[in-house]
Amino acid sequence: MKHLLSINELSRGDLEELLELARGFAEVQERDIPKVPALRGKTVVLAFFEDSTRTRTSFDLAARRLSADVVNFSVSSSSAAKGESLRDTVETIDAMGVDAVVVRHGSSGAPHRIAAWTDASVVNAGDGWHQHPTQALLDCYTITERLGGLDGRKIAICGDIQHSRVARSNVEAFTALGGEVILVGPRTMLPPSLEGWPVKVEPDIDAALADVDVAYFLRIQQERLAAGAFPTVREYRARYGLTVDRLDRLRPDALIMHPGPMNRGVEIDPEVADDPRCLVLDQVSAGVPVRMAVLYRLLGPGRFDPDQAP
Amino acid sequence: MSLLAITGGTVVDQLGRRTIDLAVDRATGQVVQAPSGPAADWADRVLDATGCHVVPGFVDLHVHLRQPGNEAAETIESGSRAAARGGFTAIVAMPNTTPCMDSAAVVSEVLAYGKSALCEIKPSAAITIGRDGEALSPMGELADLGVRMFTDDGTGLQDAMLMRRALEYAGSLVVDDGQPIVLSQHCEVTALSQGGVMHEGTVSSRLGLGGQPAEAEELMVARDIALARLTGVRVHMQHLSTAGSVALVRAAKAEGHPVTAEACPHHFALTDEACASYDPVFKVHPPLRTADDVAAIKAGLADGTIDAIATDHAPHTPDSKELPFDQAPPGMLGLETAYALANTELDLEPEALVELLSTTPARIAGVAERHGGPIEPGRQANLAVADPEATWTVDRSAMASNSVNTPFHGREVRGRIRHTVFNGEPVVIDGEAQR
Ligand SMILES: [Zn+2]
Repeated sequence: MKHLLSINELSRGDLEELLELARGFAEVQERDIPKVPALRGKTVVLAFFEDSTRTRTSFDLAARRLSADVVNFSVSSSSAAKGESLRDTVETIDAMGVDAVVVRHGSSGAPHRIAAWTDASVVNAGDGWHQHPTQALLDCYTITERLGGLDGRKIAICGDIQHSRVARSNVEAFTALGGEVILVGPRTMLPPSLEGWPVKVEPDIDAALADVDVAYFLRIQQERLAAGAFPTVREYRARYGLTVDRLDRLRPDALIMHPGPMNRGVEIDPEVADDPRCLVLDQVSAGVPVRMAVLYRLLGPGRFDPDQAP
Repeated sequence: MSLLAITGGTVVDQLGRRTIDLAVDRATGQVVQAPSGPAADWADRVLDATGCHVVPGFVDLHVHLRQPGNEAAETIESGSRAAARGGFTAIVAMPNTTPCMDSAAVVSEVLAYGKSALCEIKPSAAITIGRDGEALSPMGELADLGVRMFTDDGTGLQDAMLMRRALEYAGSLVVDDGQPIVLSQHCEVTALSQGGVMHEGTVSSRLGLGGQPAEAEELMVARDIALARLTGVRVHMQHLSTAGSVALVRAAKAEGHPVTAEACPHHFALTDEACASYDPVFKVHPPLRTADDVAAIKAGLADGTIDAIATDHAPHTPDSKELPFDQAPPGMLGLETAYALANTELDLEPEALVELLSTTPARIAGVAERHGGPIEPGRQANLAVADPEATWTVDRSAMASNSVNTPFHGREVRGRIRHTVFNGEPVVIDGEAQR
C-alpha cells in the first residue's frame, strides 16, 4: 500500500488489518509514555489546503506518537488564485525529502493529482465532497468497539449525502465490512445518481430510524440553505434532524454518531449529545490510533507488535 | 509556369472518387489541368499521395487561438500550424480572447496576424459586448471586416429577447460577398449548470464533483430552435454533446427550421468515465458525456442531423491544468487529432468525412468560395492529403500547438494527414510543417 486516497482501494482484509493495528495503537495510548519509535527518522508533512484544526491535530498527534518528524505546511486553497499551480506547491514539498504527505483539500480528487507528482506516500485527509478515508476508518473502529463488527448491522446515514466526503467514504467502508446502509435526506441532498451504490434510500427518517443499529448524522452547512437545498433550518430540523422525540423512539441499544462539529439544533438537538448512546467523543478519540495505523501501514517496517514496543 | 504535383492519390470530394494526378499553379495557388506525361516532367515539386485520399482542406468552425491575450497557450501562428498539421486550411477563431473580439480594432488585429498564418484565419466575433450577454456588438461594422459568424462561445446568450434581437439584426445585414451570416450558440443554461465541472450522472456522483446535467444544454437547444422558428434566421448549435440535443435538432430539421449543428471529436471519442482520473485534461465544456450520448452523436453525424465536425481546440498552458479538477479551466486540444479520431471512431465513408470536415463547414463559415471543394481546375488549391490506413500513437510532446493538453495522449488512432496545401503552398509535407 503506497497511498491512502479512497476507501474503495481497500479490501475487507485491508480494512480489518488497519482496525486491528489501530487497536494495538489504542493500547499504546493508555501507557505512561504513549509513544513508539516505529517511524523514527520519517518525515510527515501535513498539507492542509483547507482549514481543519480537528483533523490536523489528530494526524499531528498520530505522527508524533510514532516518533515521526512532523512539518505543518498550511496553504490556502487560494494559492491557485495567486497563480501557483498545485503541482508547484507539491514539488516544493517533495523537494524537502518527505516520506508522507497528509492532504486536506477543498477540491475532490486533489490528493489523486498530488499522488502523481510526488514520490512520497499520500494520505487523503478529506478531499472536497469525495472521500475522507480516515474518518471512515475511525467510524468503523468506533462501531466495532461497541458492536463487535459491522456484519449485518443496519446503519442510517442522514443528511447532506451529496456534499459529504464522510458519506461517500463511510458508505464504502460500512458496506465492505458487511453493514447495510440506508441513506436518508431530501432529494436535494442526495447524489444525482446512486447507480452502483450498495445502499437503500429512505425518504422518511422515522421509518429509517425505526430499527437501526447506528444512526449517523451529517453536518448541515448553512450555504446549502442559500442554494435551495431546503427551505428553512426549522423545517430541516423537523423533518430530518435527530430531535429529542426521535431520540426517544430509537432502539435503546442504537448508537448515535456524527463526524463533528455538530450544529446543535439543526441536524441534532442539544440534548442528544448528552445521551449515553451518542459516541461523538469516542469517534474523536479513535482518530489518533486509527491515523497511527494508517501512517504505520504506509511507512512502517512491517507488522506492528505492541509487545515489542518500548 | 511553376507547378506543384500531387500524384498517386485518390481524389475524394463532392464530385466523387477519382484516381488522378493534380497540378497546382504555385503562382496563383489554383488547381490547373494537369499536363500529360509523368509529373517529374512538368512539376518542380511532387507530393506523393500513394494510398492516400486527396481531399478539400478541412474547415474548423470552432477554434480558440488565444491571441491576443494568452500567447503562452497559443498564438495565431502556432494554432494555424497545428491546424495545417491536422489537414485544416481554414479555421474560425473564437472571440473569447483578451480583449474580446467584439470591436473592429481587435478583429482587425486578428486578421492582421492571420495574414502570415499557415491556413486561412476567419475571425468570428462576439454577439454581445465583452460576451457579457447585455448589449449587441457592432455586428454590421464587424461584418464589413469579413466576420460571418457571431458567437459568445464559452457561455450561451442567456437572454432570450437579446438572442431574438441578435438573430433579427444579423439576419438582415447585407454583406458584399453574399455569404451567409450565422449566429453560433454555445448551448448551456447556466442557471442549471452552475457549480458543475463535469457531466452530471453516475460518475460525477461517485467522484464527488459538481455536475452539469444534459438538460442544461438541451434547454437552450430547444429555446434556440424556437427562436429560429420565430425569426426565420438560422442558428448554428455549437458542440452538441447529448442524445437529447441530437434528437431536438433532428426534429427541428424535419420540421424545416433553420438550424445547423456541429459536434466535436472528444464528444464521440471519450466518455465521462475519463474524469475518474481527476486529470483536468479531461475537463471540457460541454462536458464529456455517457456512452449513450456518444452513440447518439455518432448517429447524428451519420444521418446528417449534425452538419459538421468542429474541434473546439482550446489550448491551455500546463500550469493552468496542474490544478484540481474543479479549479482548472475547461478545454482540450483538437486540431491535430480530429481527422484521425473521425476516421477511427466513425463508421463513415470518406465522402461523408469530407462533407463533415470540409464541404459543409466551409459553407457555414462563409468560405466556400475558397474551401470545401470541389477539387477542379480554377479552384483555389486548399487541399489535404490523408492516409486513412496509417496508424499512429498520439504524443502530446509532438504537437505543433504551443500547448500540450490533448486528452488523447498515448491513444492509438488510424488515419494521418500527410500533406496540406494552402493556397497552392505545401505548408505540411510528410507530417512536417514547412514554416
Ligand atoms: Zn463552447
